[in-house]
Amino acid sequence: MSSLHIAILIPFMMAILIPIIYPYTKKIHTGWFVLLVPTALFLYFLTFLPTTTEGGYEYVSLSWVPSLGINVDLYVDGLSLLFALLITGIGALVVLYSIYYLDKASERLHHFYVYLLMFMGAMVGVVLSDNLIVLYIFWELTSLASALLISYWFHRKASVYGAQKSMLITVFGGFAMLAGFCILYGMTGTFSVRDIIAQTEGMAGSTLFLAAMILVLLGAFTKSAQFPFHIWLPDAMEAPTPVSAYLHSATMVKAGIYLVARLTPVFGGDAVWFWTLVIAGLVTLTYGSITAVRQKDLKGILAYSTISQLGLIMSLLGVGSAAIYMESGEGALFYSLAITTAVFHLLNHATFKGSLFMAVGIIDHETGTRDIRKLGGLMTIMPITFAISAIGLASMAGLPPFNGFLSKEMFFTSLLRATEGDFFSLETIGFLLPVIAWVASVFTFLYCAVTFFKTFFGKFEQSHYEKPVHEAPFGMLISPVILVALVVTLGIFPNIVAQSLVAPAVTSILPRFSVDELDIKFSLWHGINTELLMTLAIILCGSVLLITMKKWSQFNIYKRERDPLHWFYDQGLDGLIHFSQTVTRVQMTGLLRDYFVYMCAFILLLLGWTFWYADAWSFNISSVATTPFFVYIVTAVFIVTALCLPFIQKRMTLIIFAGIIGYIMALYFAMFRAPDLALTQLLIETVTVVLLMLAFRHLPEMAPEKAAPTKKLGNIVISAAVGVTITVVGISAYSLGTDANFSSISDYYIENVYKLGGGTNMVNVILVDFRGLDTMLEVLVLGIVSLAVIMLIKHRFKGGEDV
Amino acid sequence: MKYSKSHDVLQQTLITVAAYFILAFSFYLFFAGHNDPGGGFIGGLMAACAFILIYVVFDRKKAHEAIKISFVPFIAVGLLLTIAVGFIGILFGQAYLEQFFDYFHFPFFGKVELTTALPFDLGIFFVVVAMAMVVTLTIAEDKG
Repeated sequence: MSSLHIAILIPFMMAILIPIIYPYTKKIHTGWFVLLVPTALFLYFLTFLPTTTEGGYEYVSLSWVPSLGINVDLYVDGLSLLFALLITGIGALVVLYSIYYLDKASERLHHFYVYLLMFMGAMVGVVLSDNLIVLYIFWELTSLASALLISYWFHRKASVYGAQKSMLITVFGGFAMLAGFCILYGMTGTFSVRDIIAQTEGMAGSTLFLAAMILVLLGAFTKSAQFPFHIWLPDAMEAPTPVSAYLHSATMVKAGIYLVARLTPVFGGDAVWFWTLVIAGLVTLTYGSITAVRQKDLKGILAYSTISQLGLIMSLLGVGSAAIYMESGEGALFYSLAITTAVFHLLNHATFKGSLFMAVGIIDHETGTRDIRKLGGLMTIMPITFAISAIGLASMAGLPPFNGFLSKEMFFTSLLRATEGDFFSLETIGFLLPVIAWVASVFTFLYCAVTFFKTFFGKFEQSHYEKPVHEAPFGMLISPVILVALVVTLGIFPNIVAQSLVAPAVTSILPRFSVDELDIKFSLWHGINTELLMTLAIILCGSVLLITMKKWSQFNIYKRERDPLHWFYDQGLDGLIHFSQTVTRVQMTGLLRDYFVYMCAFILLLLGWTFWYADAWSFNISSVATTPFFVYIVTAVFIVTALCLPFIQKRMTLIIFAGIIGYIMALYFAMFRAPDLALTQLLIETVTVVLLMLAFRHLPEMAPEKAAPTKKLGNIVISAAVGVTITVVGISAYSLGTDANFSSISDYYIENVYKLGGGTNMVNVILVDFRGLDTMLEVLVLGIVSLAVIMLIKHRFKGGEDV
Repeated sequence: MKYSKSHDVLQQTLITVAAYFILAFSFYLFFAGHNDPGGGFIGGLMAACAFILIYVVFDRKKAHEAIKISFVPFIAVGLLLTIAVGFIGILFGQAYLEQFFDYFHFPFFGKVELTTALPFDLGIFFVVVAMAMVVTLTIAEDKG
């Protein structure tokens, strides 16, 4: 256990601690305690900066399930560190912001911060894990924490709906990803990302390569809200705004980006990978930006803008994967710019989108509404929020001198460079890429401008608001101001992160390059070139669209705010529930006899098929011990009693006859020298008879059998078949064992029970010692059964509930 | 459960005495488990039989007064005990649920074997008694 392991554990330990200290510290906002965690972790991760800047890494390992190749291996390189710093840094700011956003008197803070800390720990775990299974576990934990945070105000129907939606979609992707990881394991024999990367040679030719790639991408696309899986993100905006700022724009949705970046050395260089990422990314970018224009809710706009920006980063990662195809040299360096841009934009997006979300949270908090049709004229009333939003929106729209401008220009450069390629059929359709990117950017500019003017300009109407509107308290402004300061700093002095944060991350994605080789330099002014002209055209077109907004806002398509894709999700979910209910109704007849038939038939099929497949029939009973005469008499009684059962019409007689069979079983155990089993059987039989008697008075008079003769015949056949199969299997197992001269396992126990277990009752020593885990889980089942009995009887349904 | 309406003194007295014997026997079975037939499961069932017998011959109120045990918590206690004993192995650097035993000399008892399997078995005993009683009593008290 190293300090890195402890760093991941700290948020979880704090999450356990919070509910314990919460009742005693109600006077202090719980957030102040929580704030310590991300701050400390941020400072801790900063200490790794010198290592990664030099291109080094830190690797620690802790065995977990070594026999399956699952170990908690942590790995800090440039990419992991960038994400870890983002998670903890933005995390600290978000916690600080939430202290003023969430009222300590009326909110259930101990719930909120437990989920938030759980998320933080899981997210750090995702980006630091080298082992894919550990990564997967943390990945699903982030989905869980996200769903819990979205449904934080669970009394609102929309919150629960959004939480369920995000959970279903991201967990669906997670399962696909797990399958992809397992295929990777099958191909390479290891779960370690680094070892897999080392074995990529020749993997592209494998038939499973494509399957693994698509499954992993499904996980990444659902998490990063790529089209058409993006529909969960707008509904996730029901979460409190600090959560939206943290999970649904700055960190969790970037987990998919992280995964794609992390596995680029494995899959990159393949045409399918290139085009899947580029097409999914560009479609998401365009669709998100166009849909964002239609939104009337500020958070809705930001949600779709996040979707669109994630698409942008995804497409950049796709274009950059060409650098791996080019292998090395000038050509690879040429395309590595796209990866650099992706990493840089990831950082920029976190800063400006984080600040924008916080500004929207302030507006929501102080005015009580986020509807842009109601808002207006807030510039003079909320000057600081105005300034924050203005800078954030300008950066998002790609205006100089902010960091968004830099990465957007570089985005255009990367796509323009892609058109020059003569591989992956880029020469035929490559020219489309910059065109699509340009169109999407026009809409990005448009929705930024709409948000800006609708919120802060126009006429201020007090009647639209339920409470007097004023600027937010000081504490709420600290975090967005810090983020905006970063937006400006990174815009004007972008090179402070170039070699320290961006370059090491790029080298983790493109391991062929070293930090010095990349030699990343950002520049605000790069002469009059195509990219600059594109930006000018965007401003021009966007402004024209803004001025003519009155005209086109009359179109029906603009008024339809809700994404049509939601309809598919709703219908699909309804259909799924309906279908499963139908299936359940078909088999759940409420008759114990029917269930028994299902089970028996299934066991018969399984056993029969295996038996036939393995050709296991054998009959050799030459070495069986002789049976004393009285055993035959007992057996005859046993058989006669069993045969009588179907013909008895009185329930009381039935219970007695069933009891006789049970006691004869005990007699068998006694005869064959198994006193423990005999005792157990006797006691069980006694308790069962008592239980049957108790249930007796609840049962109606036994009705005569009315089943159709064919059904009766079927049941007779099945029961006879069960008997025959079990007998045949028993005899074959015995005689095959004799043929193959298997030594019985009882020899081992006879030898070792006293030596290792210290007891002379073999059965019991096996139960508590050699097979203790089985026994433990069995009593666990017993406990669950008794709780189920309590639930079924004491809290039974009164009818009318939907099960 | 159809609680006995008759107040047959002879029956009640005899059953009370018998119940003590059955309980004593169940403890014997529990401790004998390591070397002779018995153990937590059998002992637990035997104890449950004793309790059920008392519930059968007395009316519900009296039986409740006599047996002032609420059985549901015992399920949890038993389970936790079983699970906790498993960690002893880990404490000594062995696998989970590794059991230990040794022989000690006590005054009056003489040479006695102490095992970690005993508390493990005690957990099973608790769960089995509680489970049998909970199921029986819940069904018996059901009015639906």
